[in-house]
Amino acid sequence: MADKNGFFDLSKTTLTRRTALKGIAAGAGLALAPGFVRYSQAQSSAPIKIGFQSHRTGIGAAYGRWYEKTSAAAVKAINDAGGIGGRPVELVIEDDGTDPARGAEVVAKFAKQHKTDIVFGTLFSHVVIGSAPAAGENKIPYFVVSEGHHVASTKLNRYVFQPGITDVKSQIQSMAPWIAANAGKKVTQIFPDFAFGYDHRDYLPPALKAHGADVIAQIAIPPTESSFTKYFPQIPAETEVIYHVMVGPAVLTFVKELGEFYGSQRPQLFGFMDSLEATDINSPGLEFLDGSHFWEGSPRYAQANDSAAQKAYRAAVGIDDNGAAVGDPKDVSTASHMFGCWETLYVVKKAMEDAGYKGPEDRAKLVEATEALKEFAEGPEHPQGAKTFNGKIHQCFGIQNISKVEGGKLKVVHKTKIEDGLYEAEGDYTTQAL
Amino acid sequence: MPGRAEGGASRIRSRVMHFGPHLLLAALEGLVTSAVLALTALGLSLVFGVMRVVNVAHGEFFMLGAVLAWAISTAISGHPAIGFVAALVIAPLLVGLIALIAERLVLRRLNYNPEGTIVATIGMLYIIQQLALTFYGPEARPVEPPFSYRILLPWFGYSGYKLSVVAASAILLLITWLVLTRTKIGLIMRATQYDRETAQAFGIPVERVYAGVFAVGAMLAAIGAVLIVPISQAHYLMGQDPLLLSFIVVIIGGLGSLRGTVVAAVLIGLSDGIISMFFSPTLAKIIATLVVAMVLVFRPQGLFGTTPR
Repeated sequence: MADKNGFFDLSKTTLTRRTALKGIAAGAGLALAPGFVRYSQAQSSAPIKIGFQSHRTGIGAAYGRWYEKTSAAAVKAINDAGGIGGRPVELVIEDDGTDPARGAEVVAKFAKQHKTDIVFGTLFSHVVIGSAPAAGENKIPYFVVSEGHHVASTKLNRYVFQPGITDVKSQIQSMAPWIAANAGKKVTQIFPDFAFGYDHRDYLPPALKAHGADVIAQIAIPPTESSFTKYFPQIPAETEVIYHVMVGPAVLTFVKELGEFYGSQRPQLFGFMDSLEATDINSPGLEFLDGSHFWEGSPRYAQANDSAAQKAYRAAVGIDDNGAAVGDPKDVSTASHMFGCWETLYVVKKAMEDAGYKGPEDRAKLVEATEALKEFAEGPEHPQGAKTFNGKIHQCFGIQNISKVEGGKLKVVHKTKIEDGLYEAEGDYTTQAL
Repeated sequence: MPGRAEGGASRIRSRVMHFGPHLLLAALEGLVTSAVLALTALGLSLVFGVMRVVNVAHGEFFMLGAVLAWAISTAISGHPAIGFVAALVIAPLLVGLIALIAERLVLRRLNYNPEGTIVATIGMLYIIQQLALTFYGPEARPVEPPFSYRILLPWFGYSGYKLSVVAASAILLLITWLVLTRTKIGLIMRATQYDRETAQAFGIPVERVYAGVFAVGAMLAAIGAVLIVPISQAHYLMGQDPLLLSFIVVIIGGLGSLRGTVVAAVLIGLSDGIISMFFSPTLAKIIATLVVAMVLVFRPQGLFGTTPR
């Protein structure tokens, strides 16, 4: 017989009157004071659970892995310093497959099944846009590190925040003067054919126009494309600057084929680091990038004038002076974006402590406390630089770096100011009901 | 926001490359696609033709070839050509071995039942893909081409390696054709394809032929992948597009027909290159799918296929 130990043998359990009474008494006690018991527990030691919507698989997987590394390092630093409001922080990770539909399911799962306090960490803009309604319906604060303009556009909802990384519209606005003055006046844009690319498509032409430069062609490429030469004939011959921003696993092919197409007689190149995140700029075939310029959120290569906070951040996350994993020079990070995870977690800490956050019942208070934030000073919690935060549009504004490829490294040649990237708010989330 | 997407594309238009060079570039790109596609689709076609197994995991053998090529070429130091040649020999052999094991463990136990093997190969697809994700990781990793000669045309530059892929693929296709039509192994394979039971009655070890064909099919995909990996990197999801295109090619060309597969691969590759360059890549895919539908309606056995008895 399978039931050797008699687990299912009901005759074995003898229920005496005494045990029955004890059980009833204990049950009654619990029923009288359940709130108290659970409440004190939550307040003292239960961890704050942060649901991490991670791109573990799909086209965002390389970012997902580094977002996880950075977030784990930030959580460790926060916990080592006493956690949030004295409570430890715990990351609960779910893979969204870099897919909007799956993303929405993951947010609902965090809210209903894992019962996390917040959801955090999404990068790809189509996943953010697909998941935001689920965050609103479940009334769970959703802190994204996505860079797209969708949060600041106020087209999402009151529960979505982007306090750790500047949005594309602001980035473009602050860099356009430099492009027009230093790279050239006739610009051809190459961008991925989805939400994030459309931010570039829509905001670059007016930003350049204001400084006397023109976008003469716009080439949209599907983010899952694997060969690119076929798009290059669309680049007009009179192009002075190719402005490129690509995402996904084929970014290296994109840059390589651009090199094969043009060789050394290329127009000026201005790229978003997205085109080469998690990719070694010294990969074979990329020599032609020498002398070209890139936007970088946070510089990949250690710079001569790095702050102590920047150095401490790089050490905590585990990247070397070349922006690759310590001990594995081939494992190149997504340094331009992942700092946003670190900074966002510190914003969450600040907002939770300001709100006196106790548990999911205080989520509305957390939203209001986040909206009340105004600025973040440069330091260990914000190693990329100082930022201001606009609570009405749930978006932060920071500095941007323009780096030049020189001798196989990226050297920061220009830093924008926060004021360069400020724009008129397009709406106000705080008027929405909680 | 699809509406806005179209507005953006038509808002700004300008002078582009002249028609002649443009067409040349489109044809070159199309030929490279055709070359790799022909090898991959041929593997799929062989497996179906001989075994009547629709191998949905075919694209994953392609991916495995690329991933192994990366592993082998990074393990070997020295001139990139040494690592590449080693990968070109070893990676397909390893993939063939994996396919052989899969055939023994899965397909044979299902008695090559057509419906059962479809479901089983779908399962294999996910298993192989997730194993690659676990052990290889989510990054796209480059393999250095054996040589990097850039052909300089008056209008644009073109990768010399890409052209060598076309040549290599043509040679491999020729070898496959010779093996199938001029050797005893080829004869045995064709006999098994023609009539399994009669072949068995004549003492042909059908099960061994099946195992061999499945391995060779996977190896052809792997060779295609090793050839393409210096152009586009190794990535664990890279098997999806080749699978879809291979099915398209095999359906148009006729399942089990070598000639049909090659002709259809060139047709699809070239039209993909030219249509995507002059119109849009999405339109190229739409047209390819439409052609498949038309072929299925008007000539279900494919352009060169024979009606199954």
